[in-house]
Amino acid sequence: MDEGALRTGLRPRQMYFLMFLMTLLTLPIVVGYLWIFISTFSRRTHGLIPVDIEGRPFRGLTLENWSFLWQDPNIWKVTLNSLILALGLTVGVVLISAMAGYALSRIRFPGRKGFLALTLILHAFPSVTLLISIYFVLRWLARIPVVGRGLPLIGGIGYNTLGGVILVMVSLQLPLGIWLMKGFFDQIPWDVERAALIDGASRFLVWRKILLPQIKPGIAALSIFTFIAGWNEFLIPYTYMTQQEKSTIATYINSLLSETAPVNYSQVAAVGLFQLLPVLLFFVFTQEYLLSIFSGGMKGGA
Amino acid sequence: MAVIEAERVAVEARPWWRRAWENLRSASGALLFMSPATLLVVVFFFIPVVLIIGISMTNMSTATGFQNWKWVYLENYRRILKHPNTLQVLRNTLMYVALTLAFFNVGMALVIALITTHIPRRAGLLYRALWLLPRLTPSVVYVMMWKYMAADAPYGIINRHILQPLGLATTNLLPIYPWVFVILVNGFIGASFGMVIFTSAIESIPREYLMAALVDGCTPWQRIRHVILPLIRWPLLFVTTYQTLSLLTSFEQILLLTEGQFGTMVWSLWAYERALSNYWGNFQWGFGAALATVLVLIGIVMAVVYMRYFQFEALIQEPKIETL
Repeated sequence: MDEGALRTGLRPRQMYFLMFLMTLLTLPIVVGYLWIFISTFSRRTHGLIPVDIEGRPFRGLTLENWSFLWQDPNIWKVTLNSLILALGLTVGVVLISAMAGYALSRIRFPGRKGFLALTLILHAFPSVTLLISIYFVLRWLARIPVVGRGLPLIGGIGYNTLGGVILVMVSLQLPLGIWLMKGFFDQIPWDVERAALIDGASRFLVWRKILLPQIKPGIAALSIFTFIAGWNEFLIPYTYMTQQEKSTIATYINSLLSETAPVNYSQVAAVGLFQLLPVLLFFVFTQEYLLSIFSGGMKGGA
Repeated sequence: MAVIEAERVAVEARPWWRRAWENLRSASGALLFMSPATLLVVVFFFIPVVLIIGISMTNMSTATGFQNWKWVYLENYRRILKHPNTLQVLRNTLMYVALTLAFFNVGMALVIALITTHIPRRAGLLYRALWLLPRLTPSVVYVMMWKYMAADAPYGIINRHILQPLGLATTNLLPIYPWVFVILVNGFIGASFGMVIFTSAIESIPREYLMAALVDGCTPWQRIRHVILPLIRWPLLFVTTYQTLSLLTSFEQILLLTEGQFGTMVWSLWAYERALSNYWGNFQWGFGAALATVLVLIGIVMAVVYMRYFQFEALIQEPKIETL
């Protein structure tokens, strides 16, 4: 048995006991995901056991639960919306926080210290408490002609538009993004950049051509994290868009779960797995990136 | 260095108007980079904070609409004090925060961090990865899993695989033990925050301390108690305070799990439900805003406290390029 992360002086028996204990603690998570997978391909499930209509165990395996992919026209609309939301959020957060992070790291300007302190305060500040007044801001933004609610694809930037949801989410994610980006810029030596500035390059050119390429891993990490946050988000679209079944995948699933008729869990599980799949792929392939964000200061949801 | 010094002298030798112009120019460069972020912060943080305090002093609701509302000043706060549910919701909130924090966001996080640093490295990584999953899973899907765990036999997992084989009575467990599930659902997400921070804190303890303890004859448990725990007390304090605020204000999982039914209403959900989401379509923005303002003020105070005590100095390093 190889060594633990620390040299522990534990006997193998004790180590096995610890691993057993850890497995026990983790069991609910494993069982939950296991159920999603099993249920997705079963007519229905009794606990973790797939059963057919008469309730005979280990029967009733089917692909029927996935028929929503071609039978429900809403699914592609909400998938597209979720994708636009996630991509828009990612582009917005990365671009805006890369700009602000650069200025905070490299330029002296009045109010710099204040803005930094503010970023940190906002990072700790529980933004969900502002949902009520943001509702009023969005209603007001909706009254701006054209931009308010007449844009293609995202609908606009006001209440009950995808663009409005994106805008709110970008703002709420910004403190984390700016904080991380400034940290990335701080670590880059500034010889090349300084030389370029002396040679007469503009700040913008330096930022674009010299600095951004050097923080690619940081940008990748923030992008993945933000994309997942946007793809998963439930509360903001649920609050600011009126038609649940046509907004995003998360609200679509919620509308399936809150129907008055008995819920067909197997079918909902299939849609759930459909939403979960991209996240799981990211999770498997980019864990290290994600961990670097988490340790850099994630917002403690829940 | 000499070059920089010479430049500095040259800069200072320029006339004042020239320097003022250059300051303005560098400030306008910063302005370009800062303006999108500033705009969003103003529109979605500053204005909402002012707005929510303002709305909390009005009687605005669906009944008054956006036109016919009146200033009522502190009336909404007086209503909160006299409301029959206030005491119960306050008690719920404190219980929910304290128990979730103790058992999961700090307790479980610490247990996982300690165990996974004491077992083989790869196994430790695997367990920590699994504990990250709930946080990355869409909340709707995640809460659905827990609903199915609690569901009545023959469907629900706990009923079907634990209670039924034991011959116990089966029923939908959610309405019977609502708090157990509220705490489990939030706790399994919340534990990963502390887990990540505690693990990296434990792994960055100098190896000599840990070895020395073993050489001196500590048992692993004594080493945890007398060496590791004292050395990670700052991360412990940070996670405790930070997560207190998060738990106090987050309600998404409770909304999805119980919608505050079965006596699980907490303060933040109460504010949200009153102002933005209820079955009767009677939105009491003024009253809801007053409820939320209480949390906003707690949030501002606690955020300022963090800023003073954690990592602020490290953030405020001077920019690397000041003037050229």
